[in-house]
Amino acid sequence: MKALVAVKRVVDANVKVRVKPDNSGVDLTNVKMSINPFCEIAVEEAVRLKEKGTVSEIVVVSIGPKEAQEQIRSAMALGADRGILVEADDSQLGALEVAKILKGVVDAEQPQLILLGKQAIDDDSNQVGQMLGALLGAGQGTFASEVKVEGDKVQVTREIDGGLQTVELALPAIITTDLRLNEPRYAALPNIMKARKKPLDTKSPADFGVNPATKLKTVKVEAPAERKAGVQVKSVDELVEKLKNEAKVI
Amino acid sequence: MSILVIAEHDNKALNGATLNVVAAAQKIGGDITVLVAGSGAQAVADEAAKVAGVSKVLLADDAAYANQLAENVAKLVASIGAGYSHILAASTTTGKNVLPRAAALLDVSMITDIIAVDGPKTFKRPIYAGNAIATVESGESVVVGTVRGTAFDAVAAEGGSAAVEAATSTGDAGISKFISEEIVKSERPELTAARIVVSGGRGVGSGENYHKVLDPLADKLGAAQGASRAAVDAGFVPNDMQVGQTGKIVAPDLYIAVGISGAIQHLAGMKDSKVIVAINKDEEAPINAVADYWLVGDLNTVVPELVSKI
Repeated sequence: MKALVAVKRVVDANVKVRVKPDNSGVDLTNVKMSINPFCEIAVEEAVRLKEKGTVSEIVVVSIGPKEAQEQIRSAMALGADRGILVEADDSQLGALEVAKILKGVVDAEQPQLILLGKQAIDDDSNQVGQMLGALLGAGQGTFASEVKVEGDKVQVTREIDGGLQTVELALPAIITTDLRLNEPRYAALPNIMKARKKPLDTKSPADFGVNPATKLKTVKVEAPAERKAGVQVKSVDELVEKLKNEAKVI
Repeated sequence: MSILVIAEHDNKALNGATLNVVAAAQKIGGDITVLVAGSGAQAVADEAAKVAGVSKVLLADDAAYANQLAENVAKLVASIGAGYSHILAASTTTGKNVLPRAAALLDVSMITDIIAVDGPKTFKRPIYAGNAIATVESGESVVVGTVRGTAFDAVAAEGGSAAVEAATSTGDAGISKFISEEIVKSERPELTAARIVVSGGRGVGSGENYHKVLDPLADKLGAAQGASRAAVDAGFVPNDMQVGQTGKIVAPDLYIAVGISGAIQHLAGMKDSKVIVAINKDEEAPINAVADYWLVGDLNTVVPELVSKI
């Protein structure tokens, strides 16, 4: 079966971002960009399913600026077979628009498994997979920590607040990955070289009849309130004294 | 304004997170209806009817809603929700699973993790792991959003007297099936609602040591227990105890971080706590920058001493 994996180009997880002085957004000039960590886990899961013989072809799609090609190439170096870049202005797109474009890609490609990260670490929305499920009328296994494909069904173990829940979905189905699903591999240099030769198509939102402008307007972006500097205590006695008499929390 | 709040529950009792969502709904203002979708959930509906500020409860009782499968519940929410100005749910795994699906069925955008209400259509939410706060204005006819519980004080669970009405079930979508559930049992308070949280990180060394060192402290303080991602990944404790961007968001009165360095992703889950205490052997640990009080020392001696002195 064919698997489609959606990946997003985001600021690297280890970068401490700064808000722009004019409060229009976060300053991303000269900041290291990477594949969103949850998306990387989705790619790894697809590659593992291919290695097991369940999946025959992996198509990776990214929606974003021209530079998102780098993230598609990274996914190909990990084992994806071909790529689709839907070139669009990130700042205009909302989760709903991304889901609509992905629906267009799914309609064209007809994958049985659609893998996404559970959330992007920039907007922290945690919406696209669920929205795509609704638009396709397909089942959704969100926050997956285990995926088992059996015939025309897939069993997904999900991380929920109290523990774990297992659901069974009819294929085609959407899976969004949680951190514990797998540990992504590193791309070996020969695979990075090979990835450069793999096919990569470029499309636009208009090719799928989608207007990319979100109806959510970001009015301003601010830095969170700073915590006032704390104090180092020298002993347990001092700590207990402070908690009892100064902070009054115990 | 008419606001639909999706109740969070286990078919037996209403989850406290719903009370925080009602509080956010009151900030928006207008009539508040609570939707209870479940199986054999009459007791939940009765409980919801008593919540202060709720004017109506809708009970959709059907086996299809027993396990809160998103495919079935989102269909119901979309069919009922179109007539409301707002649809809100808690930012729990259930809320985050169901609500975006319902929003897409209604063809509207959604706002995740609302932490403040600036106006009926204007909200604040954290982005970039809480390192920036965005003010977002919705241009949609129906505003759909999840609410971060720790940002709103819960309304009273008693005092209301809403009428309970039956809602028409939209049935089973037939594309998903519940198989099993594995719930971690604990005698301690629920992590996201606890007044005091004691958390351990990689520094505790092992699962055995986590319990040896931190259980007595949590017992003494009546605290919930949490963990950093490093401690969960190392297998010290189950993943539902993880505090952080990818785990649970907590904001207790007192958060005690033991053997936790303070990675960005962990800070996103706890830096709104009122008082933060860090116990770490590393003087340079990033957690010290957000801690109100920090003590440099070996947690294996410091924590037992702390237990004996409080």
